[in-house]
Amino acid sequence: MTALGKLDSANLNGGQKLAVKYFTVAIALFGAQILFGLLAGLQYLYPDFLFGILDFSVNRMVHINAMVVWLLFGFLGSVYWLLEDESGVPVVGLGLGNLAFWIFTLAVVVVVVVYLLVQTGVGEQSSIWLINEGREYIEAPRWADIGIVVCVLVFFYNAAATFAKGRYTGIGGVLVLDLIALAGIYLAGMYYTPNISMDQHWWWWVIHLWVEATWEVLVGCLMAYGLIKTLGVRRKIVETWLYIEVALMFGSGILGLGHHYFWIGTPEYWFTIGGFFSALEPIPLVAMVVHAVFDAGHHKLKSSNNPALAWIIAQAFGNFFGAGVWGFMHTLPQINLYTHGTQWTASHGHFAFFGAYVTMVIAYFYLAIQKWRGGVYMSGNLIGAWKWKWALALLHIGMLMMTMAMLISGYEQSQIERAIEGSSWVGYFTAQAHPWFVQGMQWRQIGGWIFAAGFVLLAWDLLTIGKRETRPAQITTAAE
Amino acid sequence: MSQDIWWASESFWRKNAIWVTAGSFVVLIFLTFDTVNQITAGGKRVPAYSVINHRISYEFDEKRNFQVPVIGVEEPLFGKKLTEQEAAALVSHGKLTTQAKNCMNCHTLLGNGAYYAPDLTKSWLDPSWGSKEVREQQMVEFLMNPQDRLHNGLGRRMPNLGITEPEARATVAFLKWMSSIDTNGFPANFKPIDQEN
Repeated sequence: MTALGKLDSANLNGGQKLAVKYFTVAIALFGAQILFGLLAGLQYLYPDFLFGILDFSVNRMVHINAMVVWLLFGFLGSVYWLLEDESGVPVVGLGLGNLAFWIFTLAVVVVVVVYLLVQTGVGEQSSIWLINEGREYIEAPRWADIGIVVCVLVFFYNAAATFAKGRYTGIGGVLVLDLIALAGIYLAGMYYTPNISMDQHWWWWVIHLWVEATWEVLVGCLMAYGLIKTLGVRRKIVETWLYIEVALMFGSGILGLGHHYFWIGTPEYWFTIGGFFSALEPIPLVAMVVHAVFDAGHHKLKSSNNPALAWIIAQAFGNFFGAGVWGFMHTLPQINLYTHGTQWTASHGHFAFFGAYVTMVIAYFYLAIQKWRGGVYMSGNLIGAWKWKWALALLHIGMLMMTMAMLISGYEQSQIERAIEGSSWVGYFTAQAHPWFVQGMQWRQIGGWIFAAGFVLLAWDLLTIGKRETRPAQITTAAE
Repeated sequence: MSQDIWWASESFWRKNAIWVTAGSFVVLIFLTFDTVNQITAGGKRVPAYSVINHRISYEFDEKRNFQVPVIGVEEPLFGKKLTEQEAAALVSHGKLTTQAKNCMNCHTLLGNGAYYAPDLTKSWLDPSWGSKEVREQQMVEFLMNPQDRLHNGLGRRMPNLGITEPEARATVAFLKWMSSIDTNGFPANFKPIDQEN
C-alpha cells in the first residue's frame, strides 16, 4: 500500500484497473455529449450558426450517441469495479476484457470521426454499413454494431465466468441474467427493412427494453452494491429489495413497451396494454426511493463515501421524477396523441437519462477514486468538500432548468402545433416561432451552460478529491 | 424480524421476480407475432408499396372516431404506374436515402426522431406543397436544393445534403407510401392538401 491520498493503481484489483479505464473514457465522452448539446441548442436560437459545417443533425447525433456510449462505458466499468469483490475471485479472462476495451474505444473514436467529417452518404446499403445507420440512438454503422456485440459478449463472458468460478451472490445472479437480455436485445436493432413500421417496431425493442427495463435493473444492482459499500447495509436487505425491484420493473417495463406502439402503424390493442403497463412503470422507482432513503436514515447518514451516497440518493429521486413522473405525465394515449414528438419528449428524455443513469455512474466514479487513492477518507468534513457539493448542485440546477424550459415549450407545441393547427408544416413553424416556445429554448440554453459549469467542477473534483486527505476511510458497520 | 414473514422474505420475491419476468416476456412474444403479422407491408394497416400508384387521402372515420388513410383512385407517382417489385425497390431506395442522410436527427418520422424540423408522417399530404399538380416536382426540387428556400420566419433552413434526383424521387415515393400507414389517428386534426379533381 502506498501513502493515503496518492493515486496508485496498486490500490486496485484487476477488474478495478480495467474499470477506471472505462470510467476515464466515459468522462471524456460525457464532456463531448455536453459540448455537442450546447451547439445543437444554440442552433435553435441562431439557425445560421455552423450551418452547412456542423448541421443540427450532426450535433444532435453526436450528442445522443455520446450519451449512450458513455453511459454504457460507465456501466461496464461499474460492473468490472464490483466483480472481484462480489464474486470473491479475480476476473476470469481479464486479458480479453482489456483487449475488448481498447477495440471498443478505438471503434468509438472512428465512428465519431466519420460522423463529424463524412456526415452523410449516398442512399445505398454501403452508407448504413460504413457511415451512419440513420436511426435515432443506434446511428452507429453496422460494422460498429458487430464490434459492440463482440465487446459486450467478452464483457458478458468476464462477468458470468467470474461469478461462476467464485460465488453467485443475489446481485451477481440478477446481473448476469440481465446482461443476457441486454446483449440479446441489441440484435433486434441490427437489420434493414424498407418498412418503416417494422423498422420502428424492432427499433423500440432495443431502445425501450434497454432504457426502461434492462438498464433499470442494472442500476438496481449497482445501487444494491453501492448501499452495501457506502452505508454497510446488510446484504439480505438489499437483495430482497433488488428482487422486489426486478419483479416490478420487468412486470411493468416489458409490456410497457406498448406505449411506443400507439402511432407507428401497430394495432389498436397497444393503447390498452401500453397505457396500462407503462402507467405502472413508476412503481418500482418509488420502491427504490423508499429503499435508499430508509437505509440511509437507518444508518443515520453515516457513510464511508459521502459524495457517492449523495449521488445514490440523487439517483433514487432523479429516477422517480425524471423517468417515473415525467414519463407518466404523457404516457397515456389520450395525452400522448398531442405530445408525441414534441419537446415534451425532450424534457422527459433529459431528466430521465440524467436522473436514472448519469447519477449512478457518477456515484461509481466517486467509489473508484476513493479506492484508487488508497481508501482515503471521504466522509463528513472532507477537505475541499465544497467542490463535490457545488458540482452536484450545479448539475441538478442546470438539468432542472433545461427540463422545465423544454416542458413549457412542449406545452405550447402540443397546444398550438398539434391541437389547433393539426400538425401541418405551417402549424409546426407557427408553434416554433411563438414567444413561449422561443423563451423555453433560451432558458434551456442557460440551463445548459450551468450544467456545463457543473461538469467542469465535477471533473476537477474527481481529479483532486481526497488528494490532501491523510485520514483513512471511515469504516461502516458491514454485517451479514 | 421481518424477514421471517413469508411476504417479506428473500425467496418469495426471488420467485416472484422470475415468474413475473417470464410471464411478461411470454405475453410479449405472443403479441409480437400478431403485431408483426399485422404490420407486414401488404396488409390492412401497412399497405403494399404499390399503393404509390394510387391517390392517398386522410379522412375522418366515424366508427373509429379519428382520421384514417384512404386509398383512392389510380394516381401513379410521377405519372408512371409501377409493378409491385418496382414500387418496392423505389420505396426501399427512398428509405435508405432517409437513413443515409440522417433525416431522423432533425425530423420525426411517425413522430419519432428529433424536433428541429417538421414531422414527415403526412408530409405527402401537407398543404404547403401548393397544389397536387405541382407537388411531386416541388418536393423533388426542394429535396435537391433546400438551402436557398426559406420556408419559415425563424431563419431555420434545411442544409444541402447532396441528394441526387433519383434519390429525391425515391424519397418522395417513400414519403407517399408512409402517408398510407394506419397510425391510429396520428397526427390528429390534420388538414390535408386538396386532392379533388
